Amino acid sequence: MTSAANTASLPRRHWKRPPLLIKSPLLRWIIYGGALVYLVLAVGTVEVNWSRVYEGLERGWRFIQGFLVPDFTSRWRDISVGLVESLTMTVTSTVVGILISVPIGIGAARNLAPAWIYLVCRAIIAVSRSFQEVIIAILLVAMFGFGPFAGFLTLSFATIGFLSKLLAEDIEDIDETQAEAIRATGAGWWQLVNYAIQPQVMPRLIGLSLYRLDINFRESAVIGIVGAGGIGATLNTSIDRYEYDSAGAIMLIIIGIVMVSEYSSSHIRKWVQ
Amino acid sequence: MPVGKIAGQPVWQHRTPRARLALWAGWLGLVALFVYCWQVMTETTIWAFVHDAPAQAVDIGSRMLPPRWGYIEKLLLPLWDTLNMATLGTLLGVILAVPVAFLAARNTTPSVMLLRPIALFIIVSSRSINSLIWALLLVAIIGPGLLAGIVAIGLRSIGFIGKLLYEAIEEIDVSQVEAVTATGASRGQIMDYAIVPQILPAFCGITVFRWDINIRESAILGLVGAGGLGLQLQASLNVLAWPQVTMIFLVILGTVVVSEWVSAKVRQAIT
Repeated sequence: MTSAANTASLPRRHWKRPPLLIKSPLLRWIIYGGALVYLVLAVGTVEVNWSRVYEGLERGWRFIQGFLVPDFTSRWRDISVGLVESLTMTVTSTVVGILISVPIGIGAARNLAPAWIYLVCRAIIAVSRSFQEVIIAILLVAMFGFGPFAGFLTLSFATIGFLSKLLAEDIEDIDETQAEAIRATGAGWWQLVNYAIQPQVMPRLIGLSLYRLDINFRESAVIGIVGAGGIGATLNTSIDRYEYDSAGAIMLIIIGIVMVSEYSSSHIRKWVQ
Repeated sequence: MPVGKIAGQPVWQHRTPRARLALWAGWLGLVALFVYCWQVMTETTIWAFVHDAPAQAVDIGSRMLPPRWGYIEKLLLPLWDTLNMATLGTLLGVILAVPVAFLAARNTTPSVMLLRPIALFIIVSSRSINSLIWALLLVAIIGPGLLAGIVAIGLRSIGFIGKLLYEAIEEIDVSQVEAVTATGASRGQIMDYAIVPQILPAFCGITVFRWDINIRESAILGLVGAGGLGLQLQASLNVLAWPQVTMIFLVILGTVVVSEWVSAKVRQAIT
């Protein structure tokens, strides 16, 4: 009875949901307010020509139709040439990229390389990572002329930054006890790499290489737009000609190849690990 | 354990003879594939251009330096456009990606048979087509300008945000969902109180990460007419104004470095 009286005398309390992300209310309002002001400013500067957009809707509809009923046959010659260029470019650039990035990756691992080699390799990685493929492709096309060779060089260059960085991080994360054990046998540097490092990083290296193969194919579709050959050039031409059914077919082929390679690479990765 | 024999003594070996043979065959196949691809790819290459490349590189390099510093005044507005394109595009991508992610996650999708495959297909197609290609298409459809760039960035972001978000949703702690369900909460309340708080940090991290990538991408979208820095780049390339090109590269580089730093800081603060 006393407990009931106690409960009745207490003021009713409601549970209030705690804030989800930003705990301090002042900071929360500053961030929300700032975001709102920015949004108004940003949307204000976007000039949209609505009549042009309205005109374009009909084309958009034709593109969707082209995507649903793709036309593989009438431009098949161009498509197959572009596709072969893209695929060969992808394979060669991935292989060359891996061959170059393995030594750089080892050099960029703090636990294996002396300081000056480490700095040089990290600088190479930083340069390769900071520019997008398209910008590299513009420069290389200007130097090497149009065609898949410039594309091959671009993708190899981009592969180096990606793979070396991840490989170096992986080498830095290895289980040191195994390296210690191999060192204790009196092994030299090469033997250390071969017997202690390589078995530990190999599964991940294979996984990353397959992943990069995938990325390189996708990128090969892009750098064609600036003249580096491949399926991107074919796609660019077909959009310029307003042949949306061919463009739809090319995009479906790209999506299909990416799906197949993603699916098979996830299988291979499981099998390797 | 594979054991070989050297001079009559059993010796430990890493692999069986069959595994060694298979490994060699695999490597041989890879080398053959590489050589074949190399042959096909270089069939149409004009080697004279390749031999000439170092001279070209020196020539272009000498034209590119020094960068035209004064040009930066004309780059400020395109830079603002580029930032807006990336931010608004990310916002559009988030708005489109969240429902797709909930449809694609195995534990929140209303129908595993029908809606989940559709959502997964949307994610894959958005991921496989680069934003430059989306922009190429959209410029043809809705005309050149920032809007095409924003929509292109948004469409490309669906796949990235959708994939990472639906993986995060699938990995949530089920016991919290059960606890909220046990109070008699409705579907919407379960979503609000059990699922959203669990994925919110991941969601913010993914969004900021994508924003950082989008800044990189929006800088070059102008090459196909979608506004921003890329438009200036295209204009300068067309008239072979290499010192301006260098200046634009420097601005892009600076923006990318700053946005990467910001995104790393924000992600550190959240998670």
